[in-house]
Amino acid sequence: MSENHNHSENFFSKYIFSIDHKMIAKQFLITGMTMGIIAMVMSALFRLQLANPGEPNQILSFFLGDWAQGGVMDPNMYLALVTIHGTLMVFFLLTGGLSGTFANLLIPLQIGARDMASGFINALSYWFFFLSSIIMLSSLFVESGPASGGWTIYPPLSAVPQAMPGSGLGMTLWLISMTLFIVSSLLGGLNYIVTILNLRTKGMTMARMPLTMWAIFMTAILGVLSFPVLVSAVLLLVFDRSFGTSFYLSDIMIQGEVLANSGGSPVLFEHLFWFLGHPEVYIVLLPALGITSEVIATNSRKPIFGYRAMVGSIFAIGFLSFIVWAHHMFISGMSPFLGSVFTFTTLLIAIPSAVKAFNYLATLWKGNLQFTPAMLFSIGLVSTFITGGLTGLILGDSALDINVHDTYFVVGHFHIVMGLSATFGAFAGIYHWFPKMYGRMMNKTLGYIHFWLTIVCAYGVFFPMHYLGLAGLPRRYYSNTAFPMFDDLVNINSVVTFFAATAAIVQLIFLFNFIYSIFRGERAVMNPWKSNTLEWTTPVERIHGNWPGKIPQVYRWAYDYSKPGSEKDFIPQNIPLKSDESESL
Amino acid sequence: MINFLILISLIVVLITLSQIIRIFEISNKIKNSRESDITYKDNDRQGKLLLTFGFLFIASFFLMNAKWTKSLLPISASEHGHEIDLLMNISLGLIIIVFLILQPVLFYFSYKYRGVKNRKALFITHNNKAEIIWTIIPGIVLTVLIIYGLQTWSKVMDRSNIDDALVIEVYGRQFDWTARYAGEDNFLGNANVRFISDANILGVISNDSYKSQIFNINKKIDKLKNQISGEKNYIKKNQLSKRYEKMISKKLRFSTLKEKTPKDLLKAADDDIVVREIHLPVNKKIHMKFRAQDVIHSAYMPHFRVQMNCVPGMNTDFVFRPTLTTEEMRKEVKNEDFDYVLLCNKVCGGAHYNMQIKIIVESEEKFNQWISGQTKFALSYLN
Repeated sequence: MSENHNHSENFFSKYIFSIDHKMIAKQFLITGMTMGIIAMVMSALFRLQLANPGEPNQILSFFLGDWAQGGVMDPNMYLALVTIHGTLMVFFLLTGGLSGTFANLLIPLQIGARDMASGFINALSYWFFFLSSIIMLSSLFVESGPASGGWTIYPPLSAVPQAMPGSGLGMTLWLISMTLFIVSSLLGGLNYIVTILNLRTKGMTMARMPLTMWAIFMTAILGVLSFPVLVSAVLLLVFDRSFGTSFYLSDIMIQGEVLANSGGSPVLFEHLFWFLGHPEVYIVLLPALGITSEVIATNSRKPIFGYRAMVGSIFAIGFLSFIVWAHHMFISGMSPFLGSVFTFTTLLIAIPSAVKAFNYLATLWKGNLQFTPAMLFSIGLVSTFITGGLTGLILGDSALDINVHDTYFVVGHFHIVMGLSATFGAFAGIYHWFPKMYGRMMNKTLGYIHFWLTIVCAYGVFFPMHYLGLAGLPRRYYSNTAFPMFDDLVNINSVVTFFAATAAIVQLIFLFNFIYSIFRGERAVMNPWKSNTLEWTTPVERIHGNWPGKIPQVYRWAYDYSKPGSEKDFIPQNIPLKSDESESL
Repeated sequence: MINFLILISLIVVLITLSQIIRIFEISNKIKNSRESDITYKDNDRQGKLLLTFGFLFIASFFLMNAKWTKSLLPISASEHGHEIDLLMNISLGLIIIVFLILQPVLFYFSYKYRGVKNRKALFITHNNKAEIIWTIIPGIVLTVLIIYGLQTWSKVMDRSNIDDALVIEVYGRQFDWTARYAGEDNFLGNANVRFISDANILGVISNDSYKSQIFNINKKIDKLKNQISGEKNYIKKNQLSKRYEKMISKKLRFSTLKEKTPKDLLKAADDDIVVREIHLPVNKKIHMKFRAQDVIHSAYMPHFRVQMNCVPGMNTDFVFRPTLTTEEMRKEVKNEDFDYVLLCNKVCGGAHYNMQIKIIVESEEKFNQWISGQTKFALSYLN
């Protein structure tokens, strides 16, 4: 990392094969957003099907072609859409996109480093991500259709190519894509951990790091520890699919043909999958909570309440997330005793989560709230985190899970607590750090409109789903017309679809604002939100090495907002303590 | 043409939007302020909107409850289901209370402390007392929930008193269900996927099904033998003899499978009854066992609060006692056409959404009458 930033850049080295962390962050952001938009369009399509099952719809045939002949969606395509929607949203938007963007952008800027520990590995991480995105998308154009066994790809459905059309080439591409994705995620994660541990500027002790850094640090640790387990699960699956092994298969007859496999167990896959799958929830959620902590503190003009408790709960959540995975498997046929153990650990996770929620509320209390669009989305996140977290108490309880497992109650729960919270966190992050990324401001008024329509639609989509679930409606049903007991639910489904379609259209406002502001937005000033963290001491124009001169030294924590004895209501981290001033933490 | 028009109107919308933004920006320039700056007017307006939203959010929650509660599942039709429902109601009540406290607090705080001129936020970094309180209170509540939940769970999963339970097997495959009753001995015969044939869709192993399988294989072996002796082409002959060897080893596998099955289990299969509709005697303990043929299915009986995955190569089970007959439930839900149903709740392929089997709960006499009219497994090989 030289301090000479005057080397020439051409288009390729600047925008394509950049090793500058800020550019890589933007690459992650744009790729992730593209994947998110595709996944959102998919959800709008299958919601259309659910509101009017079997009725011809020209929109469907426009998007799906032969998969919706005469405008009626093929049931296999429905499952494919659900599967790819889940995969793109969970992995590509909310893991790769969210962590990739904000970890890359913020780590060097907030800890005071010229770049990531290894710029090359960082670029490599993006290119693996890009490659896996391309492969995942290419599976949409395979004749037999993309993977369609659900994003959890339980074998034997995913392991036996003849089990359903999507389990053929589509599934193979899914597995290849996910393997590359995991490589990307591991390269990124290791880099994040190393950078945070080694490259902090003088005075930036761990205890002075902004909460965003703590959250991203924990996220990276979770990823590095859990993703390898998914690789092994995926590899064993590839062996079962292609080389005749029997890790997950035993005594199967499919399409009239008896398979030779014996001795394996699909439950093994479930364990391996959810050993990643549950930490993955927090890999998605923690960066969003970190962003929110930062945005709420800044815009409340008030220190984050209980910094140490917040860090502690990040660690508690991180630790507990590794010992709760089997709560996805209460009715998988595993021992009821294991069910008891996992109920116990699962419900424990509510304690650190509650602490976080209370601390957010306490931060708002007696603040002087500045409602930037980012702040609104952060408040939205606190709301969805509370709503969705509470229903987790139902699902984590093994006895209750028996009857709501795999119903729409689950869909409502995880979309609110994980999907919405993480998306709101991502939106908050984009609105907040847009000036840092592009040197311009996003339009505030459009931001307000975007927030209000989004939160109304988001709750409109996912809140009614709890009622569908309590009525016993299973998820991943192509239509609920096959059961008289679900006839009453049609009007709830219509409400959900109305809000889902509106929500999808509303995001165009955001997209417009985003693209417009990149080119024509108001020019940003150095510290538009009057924030304390180090990234706002860098110049507006993007330069290699982040600071034109020396890296600033840090003297205080990130949350000296409205500190008595100071004229301004914020004191950036690089301002030395006054002689009579004591450190706040 | 329509596509073209849509495209044109989209472009017009985009141009209009950007022009409107320009106007805002220019007017801001005239006022010498920046569009992105948060004014006190903004804070006031957004704060009030947040409060309004919070209010409407809570109101719509009550509205949804009023409108949709009647669409939810009716009272439990099984004994353990009442325990689950009680726990469910207590938990739901608890989370609704917390929801109704925290959401209003969030939106009220947002409104109350919206930024105003000349006010400085309170500088407070932490408060150990408050933080200990809001760690301990959830801790206590959760301890209660955990203990209560685990008690219910162990009651539901209790397998200690099931000797007198009626044994029924439910078998899932793409995309239908089949049930097997254990018959007079209340003991299910063994089954293996290799024994599946048109006459034996569950692959039950019995003397008859073994004989029938061996008979078919022998037929094929004889045919192959004839073909081999008549074939002159060396390559074809080679292929045929390979198939012949395969058949021989298949025959051997059948024999080992049969030999491994204890004699009385072979017998136990004879009085099994395979049906396409589940009948349950009311108030009798049912020990339901689950198997699957091809992929994971999940047997979900929402009215009985029963769900268990059916996993290929593995046996799972659930014990419950139905307490309301179909007739009684019809009166309960005021619907003459109501029927209990077992549906698939684990994605299993294209027709997953329509994989169901009807359940009829009836008095023990009616049940006995029904079951005595069904064909025993051994007898299905007679014709």
